[in-house]
Amino acid sequence: MDFKQIQELIKMINKSNIGEVSIEEKGFKLTIKQKEEAVQHVFSTPPPQYPVQLPPAPAPAGSASASANEKSKSAQDVATDNMVTIKSPMIGTFYRSPTPGKPSFIEVGDEITEGKVVCIIEAMKLFNEIESEIKGRVVKILAEDATPVEYDQPLFLVDPS
Amino acid sequence: MFKKLMIANRGEIALRVIRTCREMGIKTVAVYSTADKDSLHVKFADEAVCIGKPASSDSYLNIPHIMAAAEITNADSIHPGYGFLAENAKFAEICGEHNIKFIGPTPGQIRSMGDKMTAKETMIKAGVPVVPGGESLLSSIGEAKSLAKDVGYPIILKATAGGGGKGMRVVWEESEMDKAYDTAKAEAGASFKNDGIYMEKFVEEPRHIEIQVAGDRYGTVCHLSERDCSIQRRHQKLVEESPSPFMTVELRQKMGEAARKAASAIGYESVGTVEFLVDKHRDFFFMEMNTRIQVEHCVTEEVTNFDLIKEQIKIAAGEAISGQDYEPQGHAIECRINAEDPYSDFRPSPGRITTLHQPGGHGIRVDSHVYAGYTIPPYYDSMIGKIIAVARTREEAINTMSRALSEYVIEGVKTTIPFHQQLMRNEAFQSGNFNTKFLESFKMA
Repeated sequence: MDFKQIQELIKMINKSNIGEVSIEEKGFKLTIKQKEEAVQHVFSTPPPQYPVQLPPAPAPAGSASASANEKSKSAQDVATDNMVTIKSPMIGTFYRSPTPGKPSFIEVGDEITEGKVVCIIEAMKLFNEIESEIKGRVVKILAEDATPVEYDQPLFLVDPS
Repeated sequence: MFKKLMIANRGEIALRVIRTCREMGIKTVAVYSTADKDSLHVKFADEAVCIGKPASSDSYLNIPHIMAAAEITNADSIHPGYGFLAENAKFAEICGEHNIKFIGPTPGQIRSMGDKMTAKETMIKAGVPVVPGGESLLSSIGEAKSLAKDVGYPIILKATAGGGGKGMRVVWEESEMDKAYDTAKAEAGASFKNDGIYMEKFVEEPRHIEIQVAGDRYGTVCHLSERDCSIQRRHQKLVEESPSPFMTVELRQKMGEAARKAASAIGYESVGTVEFLVDKHRDFFFMEMNTRIQVEHCVTEEVTNFDLIKEQIKIAAGEAISGQDYEPQGHAIECRINAEDPYSDFRPSPGRITTLHQPGGHGIRVDSHVYAGYTIPPYYDSMIGKIIAVARTREEAINTMSRALSEYVIEGVKTTIPFHQQLMRNEAFQSGNFNTKFLESFKMA
């Protein structure tokens, strides 16, 4: 496996519900573990007697990975403190780019201003451009491209400082 | 049969529909405003979609949001419950345009019964007795005065687009007409965006007795007998029962037949209710038809042993009904429990329920969406549950209801439980001798 293939694999797993992947080839072993936060759901959690939809993220195997997980978790906590979340103002399908294949409206790291189109939400064949109401730097994309979103669902995390 | 049904409503009726869908193997989608995030119907449904801010106009009345939610969940049917969009013909139309089955009658049927004047005309043509009055909307005070002389005082002015007691004024003599006419028009305009008013003879001290009907899409119609809903406060029903203590075999037969004629006249397809006013001579008059499932449908369910929501869904799926009429077996009484303070003029009392213990035992059914720890939002109606007592006789049903009400504990908010307890012990209520004016003179002890 070359580096490009590993990159593609990581991207694919990141988008999926898979908790952990292990690949073993001659002279080469690769383990990829999903971060602990759950993939965004459109719908509320099901009632208790139904099985949880996502496989739970596997417990960290050793102390090294434990501290690594804790670090990424606390970095996340610190990060969300001063952040503003752009939430969905409507119900529909969330698209990150104007048409499939075209580049996304915004990426992590981008600086945005009020009025900047950040995504499209499509409902009943109507494509609505959603504009940012805040200024800042995009820190995280919180919803998956081409998935349904509901009212008030978090879409983007923005650092307004 | 439908695979996935979306409930475009909230509270106890949303829960009610979800329960039947579970039994029928239909997947459910709940929609909710941000204020209803912790609501029981959201937890019980298979899927849930947040559709907007707390205000009804932003959420439960927001047709584009509701349709978008149906689209992203691939719902093949929508149950509108009662209130909200349940009798909105435009919404029913839009569902049809999106190939989503609206669980209810056709838009045309909703329209023909939604406008009170048109409904009355349709009934006259069908040979259903109506309250004597004007044939059209009033165009001036002069016209109102001369019509009132013909009809005979007392008369009542009513809003054609109305409901819930708004835009209504009783006029006892001509000197009161000017003021009544102006205020009725103003209230109608403000409440329904339509200030059209018409006049009817005011039936004094009437009983409100309604007939549950059902019709399928093949033209078969039947009735499931009556519910007496005379215990009302400001035209809002508080207690309903079946059979009516005022009913006779002959009256039931006549009213059942009239209700059937009313439903047949419009080819009614779904479950619905034909409301009548009954005077002390047991003469009855068509008041209006409700083209939806009603709050008090449970009363009929308990005395006919039918799941009316299931029947409604089956009819919508194209199943045929037998056409058989049903009479009540035993006696059922329903008390609507509202988060209101009966000692302070029934002022609404939203807030957090700290303790909840629902009654149980033989002959008790509770349809409620609240739970201990639940916060009643201030944005919607104050009904937090319905308690229905079923027994062999009316006396036993009242006894069972009294027993159950004494077990019903709701703390943290004020409720109308004390009112119902006092009503069950009231002699006039126990005698079955009451009409729609009864509560006007009822005082909390």
